[in-house]
Amino acid sequence: MGTSIVVTSGKGGVGKTTTTANIGTALAMLGKKVVVVDADTGLRNLDLHLGLENRIVYNLVDVVEGTCKLKQALIKDKRLDNLFLLPTAQTKDKTAVTPEQMQELVENLKNEFDYVIIDCPAGIEHGFENAVAGADRAIVVTTPEVSAVRDADRIIGKLEAKGLEDHQLIINRIKFEMTKKGEMLNIDDMTDILAIKLLGIVPDDEKIVISTNRGEPAVTDPASKAGQAYKNIARRLLGEEVPFMELENEESGFFSIFKKLFRR
Amino acid sequence: MDLFKLFSKEPPSKDVAKERLKLILIHDRANVSPTFLEMLKSDIIRVISDYAEIDERGLEIKLTKAGEEGMVTPALIANIPIRKMKDSAK
Repeated sequence: MGTSIVVTSGKGGVGKTTTTANIGTALAMLGKKVVVVDADTGLRNLDLHLGLENRIVYNLVDVVEGTCKLKQALIKDKRLDNLFLLPTAQTKDKTAVTPEQMQELVENLKNEFDYVIIDCPAGIEHGFENAVAGADRAIVVTTPEVSAVRDADRIIGKLEAKGLEDHQLIINRIKFEMTKKGEMLNIDDMTDILAIKLLGIVPDDEKIVISTNRGEPAVTDPASKAGQAYKNIARRLLGEEVPFMELENEESGFFSIFKKLFRR
Repeated sequence: MDLFKLFSKEPPSKDVAKERLKLILIHDRANVSPTFLEMLKSDIIRVISDYAEIDERGLEIKLTKAGEEGMVTPALIANIPIRKMKDSAK
């Protein structure tokens, strides 16, 4: 029996789909049998992040409606044999699926896969209800901005109200240079405010744009900083102790001690 | 650039963000509607008026935070200026 994990955030554009694609790929690279599920019916994008948009025949709504078998809708990844995508419909809306149907679907997937990673749509409405319905764990993605943190807090409250207590935070797109100058919320600020366990920090990385352009998740690029961060996150999900990334370009030595003294 | 910051009184913008967030989250988490505090206020006035004469305009009720860092819970703080105690209270 596998584990289902929903990737959610409340606010849109913080990197849920990127996170889903990368964690899914990274877990598969670690040898796990993984399926990533797009729960954003009507606005599907996970297929693009994996470069599988041209291979879609059936989708999640077809499975739920009984048009096809679950296996027929699963698309095998280009690179990894143990990674699959369950895309959703682009021409239906979120009411095409009920939370009960979603729960049953995820249960079925858990029988086949080690990890079922569900990409949740933005918002707190029907789509969110569907995405979290079958989840055992939740990953809350946020960025160091007031609006994203506020929405993350709201989502955490919603998850807890549903009894989904196993939730962890990913802080995405952190700019170390700015946090160092006090111009951006830092990791301590955010964990302090949100009172949630930290799963990982992903540095702001322009290369992510290139990864998405090509439909190749950043974890497949050994040189990518964000990719490395996602690989660390995947290992932590498996229960490994992996230290958090050091602040980049952290000054050290005698001079920095002086600087720090003056900054106070 | 850094030298200017050394002498300026303005706090770093991330501290401003943090403070703003802390306050807004207290309201979000408590799920308090604006009318709630007003209703509470008038009820408190009604109850206390039986025992004391209070300065209604000076009455202040606000939602704030209590508890240790990290384990913040919402708390109601009421400041109720008493003009004089009523005889019945003695």
